[in-house]
Amino acid sequence: MSGATPVGFRDRAREALADPTLREALLSIRRGWPHARARAIARLPEFDALRDHGRAIKDHVLAHLDLYLERFERAVTASGGSVHWARDAAEARRLVLEICKRAGARTVTKSKSMIAEEIDLNAWLEAHGIVPVETDLGEYIIQLAGQRPSHLVGPAVHMTREEITELFARHHGTPPSERAEELVAEARRVLRQRYLEADVGITGANFLIAESGSVITVTNEGNAELTHGLPRTQIVVASIEKIVPTMEEAFTLLRLLARSATGQEFSTYTTVVTGPRRAEDLDGPEAFHVVLLDNGRSGMIGGTLRSMLRCIRCGACLNHCPVYLAVGGHAYGSVYVGPMGAVLSPVLYGIETARALPEASSFCGRCEEVCPVRIPLPALLRYWREEAWRRQLAPPAARWGMRLWRHLALRPGLYRIASGVVARVLGLLAGRRGALRRLPLAGGWTGSRDLPAPEGATFTSLYRKGVR
Amino acid sequence: MNEAKSTIMERLRQALASEDAGEGRRRAVDARLARHEPVLVPARARVEGEARIALFTEMAEAVQTEVQRLDSFAEIATATARYLRRHNLPQKLVAAPDPLLDAAGWEKQPLLRVRRGNANPEDAVGMTLAFAGIAETGTLMLVSAPERPVMLAFLPETCIVVLPLSRLDGCYEESWARLRQQASQPPRAVNFVTGPSRTADIANTLTLGAHGPRRLFVLLVPDPEAQGPEPEGDA
Repeated sequence: MSGATPVGFRDRAREALADPTLREALLSIRRGWPHARARAIARLPEFDALRDHGRAIKDHVLAHLDLYLERFERAVTASGGSVHWARDAAEARRLVLEICKRAGARTVTKSKSMIAEEIDLNAWLEAHGIVPVETDLGEYIIQLAGQRPSHLVGPAVHMTREEITELFARHHGTPPSERAEELVAEARRVLRQRYLEADVGITGANFLIAESGSVITVTNEGNAELTHGLPRTQIVVASIEKIVPTMEEAFTLLRLLARSATGQEFSTYTTVVTGPRRAEDLDGPEAFHVVLLDNGRSGMIGGTLRSMLRCIRCGACLNHCPVYLAVGGHAYGSVYVGPMGAVLSPVLYGIETARALPEASSFCGRCEEVCPVRIPLPALLRYWREEAWRRQLAPPAARWGMRLWRHLALRPGLYRIASGVVARVLGLLAGRRGALRRLPLAGGWTGSRDLPAPEGATFTSLYRKGVR
Repeated sequence: MNEAKSTIMERLRQALASEDAGEGRRRAVDARLARHEPVLVPARARVEGEARIALFTEMAEAVQTEVQRLDSFAEIATATARYLRRHNLPQKLVAAPDPLLDAAGWEKQPLLRVRRGNANPEDAVGMTLAFAGIAETGTLMLVSAPERPVMLAFLPETCIVVLPLSRLDGCYEESWARLRQQASQPPRAVNFVTGPSRTADIANTLTLGAHGPRRLFVLLVPDPEAQGPEPEGDA
């Protein structure tokens, strides 16, 4: 995968803003998913009540996570599968590789998994002589292109049809297909063969069910089912917060998931798998493994960030975020992007590395408004900003500016005098135009538009004079 | 890797113990796991009889599923042959070895070649039997068993699913409750299918038949056992 980290966010954001192809792709998200979501919700009057239930289910699980994880492990074992525990990405990679080696695997098929992205599994498998094949069409496209997903639900939303045509022609050695149907048919043909050859199938999990040790996958393509149904060994990689007590509770969350993500009433395929194939079954894997990943999550349970673990990865906060829709996913330099990514990335990469991401927010609050499990995303972004401040990570100029402002804000008399002076100076500088074309320290604003100068007096002085 | 497990568990317990260190948490978990009441079922799903059939059909058709209602189980073969002709497909399919499908009226369609078993990559048409239909979203619930292999609904380009009307539920929770009555543990795979396979991963264009079936045809049929004595064919 690309070795980008959140550090270069500003530069990549600037590049993204100047990329006309990306603008077009992001515009198509803006025109599509948010509207589809709004229509789906309009058809379901209970949607808001379901959100409350969804939040309560996840909060209950998180408050009892240790106990539910034990129950889940016991149930998986009872169904003939095994559970493996990984404290961090490196441990998870080693566990997956061990299972693959024991299965004598040469190729593995993979169904879209953010956890596999988080632990950078493909590069690791390749380095150990095992060929990973992504089967979700979007993931397959970015695997061929050597990129990271730029969206939780549509990993390749940033690519145009022309780019995909060129990519397929180069990798498949076939005459270029132009229409979307032809491209899909071509990928179907190529990947069908890969499914049949694969020794191991690796999937993620949308939910893990504690009562039965089941794993739920959600797709529209049917690739998860071919990934866990055809090879001899199935591996599920999932993070510990994916647990839900019972089937009934999982289906409450599923009613929220597709509507929030793509505006579908229900995703095309929701599959519940429990253990390996039964004695007389004609298909299914002979071995069933679940790798449970912590990777910093147990550290979130005890503090402010706990509510982030409610996330069901629908992508609604991305689709409604003015920052994400302006710069796209790759600018973030992280596996997780958009508002949810800006909260999670500092956990995974450290706030020192990921400081720019929680800064990239206008606090408009739409992410929280659309979140199906009501995660207070702006508050969590603010938490990281405060954390960065406490650790003195901001550049000196920003820190001095902030100190100066604080000094004034705590002294109303001084603040009034200072703001009155600034207003008059700006008014003088602007002259009769009433606007400034350039202003030191405000290049970000004046680079693309004029700054209107304050007109006359400040609010407080007008108020005192009785101007209402 | 038991060391990893104990580290993770220890971290979680330390963070959570302050909330309630005693047996209260364990009891809360036991109670939750023993309870299977639906959390909240949308009013839309609380329909019966003909209204339920109409809702299922409407929701299924909205996601490109073709739905046809038959008067008897024995019409399945004929309806299938017609469907294949209409789509210019060969008169050939692989059907689940479920004994219920023995009564599909195969003898009435001698030109229709039917193999019973699991789907191979070469099979163009697969047929299976649904455990349930869910009217709320026009969804089929397929439950794996030796006589109902999973791949029938995923490998072939065309999937035909027989849904006996007595198995049409309003919501997912009703179907789970029925499955719980039959088995204490879920089988290997329970597939909820809502329309044929699709993707929008190429330039946001909706395209059917990404990896699974391009076409999904649902036959709504009365129960074979509910039809009373039928004249036996020699099949």
